[in-house]
Amino acid sequence: MSYLASQPGRGSRPVPRIRSTRRLNRIDRGANRVLIGLCMLGAAAVIFAMVEILYQVISGASPAINKLGLGFLVDKVWSPSGAVFGAWPFIYGTLITAVTSLVLATLIGVSIGIYLSMLAPKRLATVIGPMVEMLAAIPSVLIGFIGIVLIGPFVHSALEPPLHAVLGWIPLFGPQQPGGSSLFTACLVLTIMVVPIIAALTRDIFLTVPRELTEGAEALGATRWEVIRGVVLPTTTSGVIAACVLGFGRALGETIAVLQVVGSLAATPVNLFKPGDTIASRIAAEFLSPVSPLHESALLYLALILLFFGVMSSLISRRIAAGFQRRMA
Amino acid sequence: MTTFSSGATLDSDEPGGPRPRLRITSEPVPTARRGPDPAVGRQVVFEARNVSVNYGEKRALDSINMQIYRNLATALIGPSGCGKSTFLRSLNRMNDSISGFKLGGQVLYHGHDLYDPRANRVEVRRRIGMVFQKPNPFPKSIYDNVAWAPRNLGMKDNMDDRVERALKSAALWDEVKNRLKSSALGLSGGQQQRLCIARAIAIEPDVVLLDEPASALDPIATASIEELIDDLKMRYTIVIVTHNMQQAARVADRTAFFSLGHDEVGTLIEYGETSRLFASPADPRTRAYVTGQFG
Amino acid sequence: MSVPDPSHALTPSGNLRRRMAVSNVMQGLATAAAVLAVAVLGILVAFVVVHGIGALSWGFLTGSLPPPTGDGSGIGPAILGTGEIVLFATLIAAPVGVLTALFLTEYAPPRIGSPIRLVIDVMAGVPTIVVGVFVYELLVIGVGSTGYAAAVALSIVMMPLITRAALESLNRVPGVLREAADALGVSRWRTILGVVLPSATRGIVTATILAAARAAGETAPLLIVDSVFGPNVQLNVAHGIPNIPLTIFSLAEYGTPIAKQQAWGAGFVLLFLILAANIGARTLVGRGQRRAFV
Repeated sequence: MSYLASQPGRGSRPVPRIRSTRRLNRIDRGANRVLIGLCMLGAAAVIFAMVEILYQVISGASPAINKLGLGFLVDKVWSPSGAVFGAWPFIYGTLITAVTSLVLATLIGVSIGIYLSMLAPKRLATVIGPMVEMLAAIPSVLIGFIGIVLIGPFVHSALEPPLHAVLGWIPLFGPQQPGGSSLFTACLVLTIMVVPIIAALTRDIFLTVPRELTEGAEALGATRWEVIRGVVLPTTTSGVIAACVLGFGRALGETIAVLQVVGSLAATPVNLFKPGDTIASRIAAEFLSPVSPLHESALLYLALILLFFGVMSSLISRRIAAGFQRRMA
Repeated sequence: MTTFSSGATLDSDEPGGPRPRLRITSEPVPTARRGPDPAVGRQVVFEARNVSVNYGEKRALDSINMQIYRNLATALIGPSGCGKSTFLRSLNRMNDSISGFKLGGQVLYHGHDLYDPRANRVEVRRRIGMVFQKPNPFPKSIYDNVAWAPRNLGMKDNMDDRVERALKSAALWDEVKNRLKSSALGLSGGQQQRLCIARAIAIEPDVVLLDEPASALDPIATASIEELIDDLKMRYTIVIVTHNMQQAARVADRTAFFSLGHDEVGTLIEYGETSRLFASPADPRTRAYVTGQFG
Repeated sequence: MSVPDPSHALTPSGNLRRRMAVSNVMQGLATAAAVLAVAVLGILVAFVVVHGIGALSWGFLTGSLPPPTGDGSGIGPAILGTGEIVLFATLIAAPVGVLTALFLTEYAPPRIGSPIRLVIDVMAGVPTIVVGVFVYELLVIGVGSTGYAAAVALSIVMMPLITRAALESLNRVPGVLREAADALGVSRWRTILGVVLPSATRGIVTATILAAARAAGETAPLLIVDSVFGPNVQLNVAHGIPNIPLTIFSLAEYGTPIAKQQAWGAGFVLLFLILAANIGARTLVGRGQRRAFV
């Protein structure tokens, strides 16, 4: 559990030094200083980089912040040529695709986590587990490309009609649209990318449940599912939530695959089968060819919003994971 | 064998006259249960027929033949590592999830083969409950710990009464009746173990298996657990594994002595009415163990 | 002799039949989810392989960058370019990551260590497009696409991954090793470089390989900082350097059948390299650590 294991726990305090009475010679003293200096330099570089990121994005965005204010967040029209900039279509697109794919990815990912940790025979689990993780290794540009060529048309011809027929009373599943590029296709693509994260993390989390608890539940004549529902899931709830928030952060920031399939339309359709856009995708599309300095600054304003989302996901996930680890320790 | 008032014993029944082999046991072996063998006339709950247990290639138990009787407390004693817990866990199929586990022979429960493919494992555990060595309460409230399994089983009526009865039977009610909704993890070790007992009997099983239930507890908590067993066996059949001989002598009606046989594989050495086993063991290995020569 | 007692049969009693059915359904759903994931993986990989293998040829792998219509066009420059960018990114990210992790485990009191860990976690959550925008503002404005900007951007993406894995590996080194070295009077730097670090090397190397594989596929930052490059091999990092992910992206957007086929070919190569790196890293790690990324 690289993410959770690297958190400060038992290892956060450096090992106490035993003071040796041997006098260090000059080389050793010098080398000690060089090493500690290098280490501090590394840490300083990290901090410097983070500070710089914040600085550059904020300062680049400030002309737009000054001109457009907070209304930017709710304005609905984005028309750079007319110098009208409103972020709402992209905030909407980002949130709705991220939330929808999070819901799907949580259902599927937690199920996979349960399967890998508790249901699969050990040998099968050692094969399927890495395969699920491989899914996370596929670069997003390829997933997006497959999205254009395969998933989009599939959604268009094979998913939209039946979903509309069955769930059409929910406005999200409106009538079929021409073309496969849509918010819904983007949701599917994001789900593919987030499922492996949640599956791998929840599998590790479920494996930390002490065996004595599950044995105790089994010894009370409970079925497998009752053990999972009554003991495993309640014990690991906050860890699972932390994993989901992490996945959510990933979905919020995904750029390329979404750019390729979402339709790049600055609109806010309720019908998910229509095209839309996300913050990341819009920045990627327009950043290199801004029509005006204000346009460029507005794009940086968008980047600032996205940065805020990403930072908040990381912080929230951290906080939840720390609480979970404290309780498991 | 002569027993002095201090509890020291002197072997005197060797051929060729008494040999001066003085063995001082630390506690006098109580002689509480004299009388006819309590097994006479009782229903057989478990019958082990030539039971053997393998974990992969390694054989852990061999040639176990014994019958366990209804409403008695049966103790399994012996040195550590000789398969007592393995045998106990085989009685409610808790070894099934251990990889490589394979049972040879038969374990009959009221005449039914426990390991018959048609036997339902969940049903087995519903009837044959278990309390473990280390108390393992769920991270829920005291009430929910006891109520969880009955709820699963659909026993939803009068849950408050059911919980109260279970906690009273486990001698825990008075201590927790005012804080049923507080977390079970806040209880002491002895209280947690009694909670686990309450949890197990709340679903009214047929048998309760106890795997060294007091070994993680202090002497006072241990005593309270031992007192319970006497009450519990009136309603349930009790099988208890213990490495404490004196405990077996105090609580059990019948005792089975396990030890390593040939090939370093655990096996049943001797089994019988408790006081007879301790006072006049038939097998020299049993005698060696109960007189404290090893283990 | 025991006769089967019908009142104690071991077949499901009471509501157990229904509960078993529910349990089996739920287990079936969980299994189905796992099967779905494996199926999706299979479909994706199969798609890339089937479509890409047709484009592969020696000329394709070595030829200079397309205009997608030309003969003799290929992704040779892109492969070299990605290799160079990722190499430089690793040369930046790995030392910084390891030194930072060493600082946190060996020197920093919690008061200083906690904020640094916070920064690392936050940096891991910065969307890659924002990283691209940042590097653009810092290095590309007025200068244009460059390879070193691409390397810096990728190093920012790689750094938190390497640092976290290094932290995990270093935390695994038993404290007794350090104490023993101290008690023997070995100086600090010798202990760290000679005892602590070597124990952690395997985990760090694995994580670096995985991070590099991830960086090789990152498109968003390159879209911003390294999108302008010529068709030929370019190793000078002061210029824009051809790279695989952007090649795939632009060919995919271009949309003609030939372009698409070449995009598949490039995708095949990229996927092959990434999966090979993942499998290689996994065998390196073996049983001890299960995962070194995320």
